[in-house]
Order: sequence, then structure tokens, then C-alpha cells
Amino acid sequence: MHEMGIANSVLDAVRTEMKRYPQSYPCKIGVRIGEMAAIDPEALRFCFEAMIHETDLASLELAIEICPRRHRCSGCGHEFVVRAYDSRCPQCASLATICVGGDELELAYLEVEEYGSSTVGAKSTE
Amino acid sequence: MDRVPLERKVLSENDRIAAELRARFQEHGVLCLNIISSPGSGKTTLLERTLAALTQRDRVAVLTGDIQTENDANRLKRFHFPVKQITTGGTCHLDARMIERHLADWKLEDLDLLFIENVGNLVCPSSYDLGEAAKVVVLSVTEGEDKPLKYPSIFFKSDLLILSKIDLLPYVPFEINAAAENARKVHPGMEIVKVSCQTGDGLQEWMNWLGERRKAHKALMETASR
Repeated sequence: MHEMGIANSVLDAVRTEMKRYPQSYPCKIGVRIGEMAAIDPEALRFCFEAMIHETDLASLELAIEICPRRHRCSGCGHEFVVRAYDSRCPQCASLATICVGGDELELAYLEVEEYGSSTVGAKSTE
Repeated sequence: MDRVPLERKVLSENDRIAAELRARFQEHGVLCLNIISSPGSGKTTLLERTLAALTQRDRVAVLTGDIQTENDANRLKRFHFPVKQITTGGTCHLDARMIERHLADWKLEDLDLLFIENVGNLVCPSSYDLGEAAKVVVLSVTEGEDKPLKYPSIFFKSDLLILSKIDLLPYVPFEINAAAENARKVHPGMEIVKVSCQTGDGLQEWMNWLGERRKAHKALMETASR
């Protein structure tokens, strides 16, 4: 259960990034989580929401993209999603495949909105 | 509305410190291994047997992590190698900053081998790079043989699986071949060593693995310094 620490790192990154946009506020932070990253998305969301509750970031939305485990075949170069731990190449049946995705724990993007521009759903930070 | 691409790791601060540690380990030729398992799988006992088999010429040190108590450090200090306890006070894993802090008064040039015994936990330690050359996961036969499937991340990221307490196999319904098969489903080609710290079975195989790793690490250092 280290999702609290992960949520905290996400919020630290948002606050750091926002120093570059003093005229704006953050609306949405996009993160990518691999299915092999040992992160429970629901626990992360729970921790994230608990941490922003009644703070200046209370309206910040967390968008989570789950990334499947992907392998690339060393023989034929085919890239494929690994299901049920079957990492054999579906094209040439080779077992020599290497993992190229699935342990992501990444910040993908941040959506920011200028203060005063009236967008539906945007809340003031007061 | 503007979308700003970030494209960096969530734990980039941890990873930055880990990368610094890795560079320092490389500079001084230290092989660092991060040992991970559930609580009670036998990490400390394995380290006791390992330290007992090494000599002072081996220049080994241990950082051992727990939420509370100095018990593990006290057990490991009996072998007269440098040992330091990291008590996290509640945190369920070690992070790179804790390693950096606890290494501060050791001279890396005096070491060849550093064991980090992580907090007993199969989940969270898998997310935190400590600058190690390899992770080693320990699974005891009193656990389930499906653990690699239930906790794939750590089995996926570890170079070696140590199946421990094999002296108990006659008394527990643990299918050791199924455990190995499950580990290799998650991590094709994973190296596996079966040990009993009570009878000593398999310990030589583990020491051989360690010896091979140390040799390979040294060769890598020599190539890098050329």
C-alpha cells in the first residue's frame, strides 16, 4: 500500500509544473500505469482524492490510463500484448521475446486553464 | 484549455537518486543486490548463512530494512561485517533516499558487495529503484505456489528467485515445480535456486550465483574503466 506516496509524488509534480503557468490553474493530470507496476488504480484514486480534499487542488481530476504488458519478438520484430502470461510470439511462435511495456508509472500530461476563461466545470481556487 | 506533455516518471526524484547511487556503486565496483520477499520468508536467515560463508576479504556490507526494531541488524552484526538497520517507522518499502542517507558514513571504496534487505512486502518495494544491480526475490515453501501470479511485478523485475525452506517440503502441500513454472510464466527464463538454510541444501548454488554475478560485475567495471 504505497499509493499514498505515489499520489503525493503526482501532486508534487503538478505543483512544480504549475510554477511555469502562474496565470492558470490545473484541471486534469494524466498518468500511465502499467499492469505490472504493482499499483492499484482504485487505491491511487482514493489517496489522490483524500489528499486534494479541501485544498487549492480540490478540483483537479486524475486520469489514469492502464498500459498492458507488451512484448516484442526478437525473431520477427512483431509487437504484441501479452495475455494470461503467454509471452510467446503469436506470429512466429518464438519464445525469445522481450518486454517493451507494462511497468509504466508515468506522468503523461497536465491540462491547465487560464484564470478567468469561463469553462464549464472549472471551479475557482478560492 | 492547454494540454502540457509531461512524459516523465512519477517517481522521478527517487529514480534520480537511484541513478546517482548506481553510478557511485559502479565507480567503486560495488555489486549491490536488493533482496525482497514477504515477511517471514527467510531473508535475514539467508543473509546469516551467506555472511557465515564469506570471509573478511569479501568486503561485504548489509543495510537491512524494517518498520520497527534493530533485531535484524543485531542478528547480522554477529558476523563482523558492517551492518546498518534502516527503520522506516511505518513505510512499507525502502526508497533510494533512505539508502543514500544510511550509506553516508561508509566508504564505498572499502566495499565489493552490498546487500539491501528490503522491508518484508512483495508489492511496494517493486516500485522503488534503490540503485541495485539486481533484485532477488525470496519465496518460501510455506507460502502459495501461485504467488508469482498474484504478485507478478516483483517476480518480473527480479533476476533470481530463491525458493526457501525446502526442508519443509515433506510437510506442506507446496508444488515446487508449479511455483517455478508460475515464476517463469511471469518472467520467462528466470533463474531459480532452491535452498534450505536449516540443512544447507542449495546454499552452494546460491553462493555460486553470487560468485558469477560478482565476476560479471567486476569484468564490466574493468571494461568501463578502460
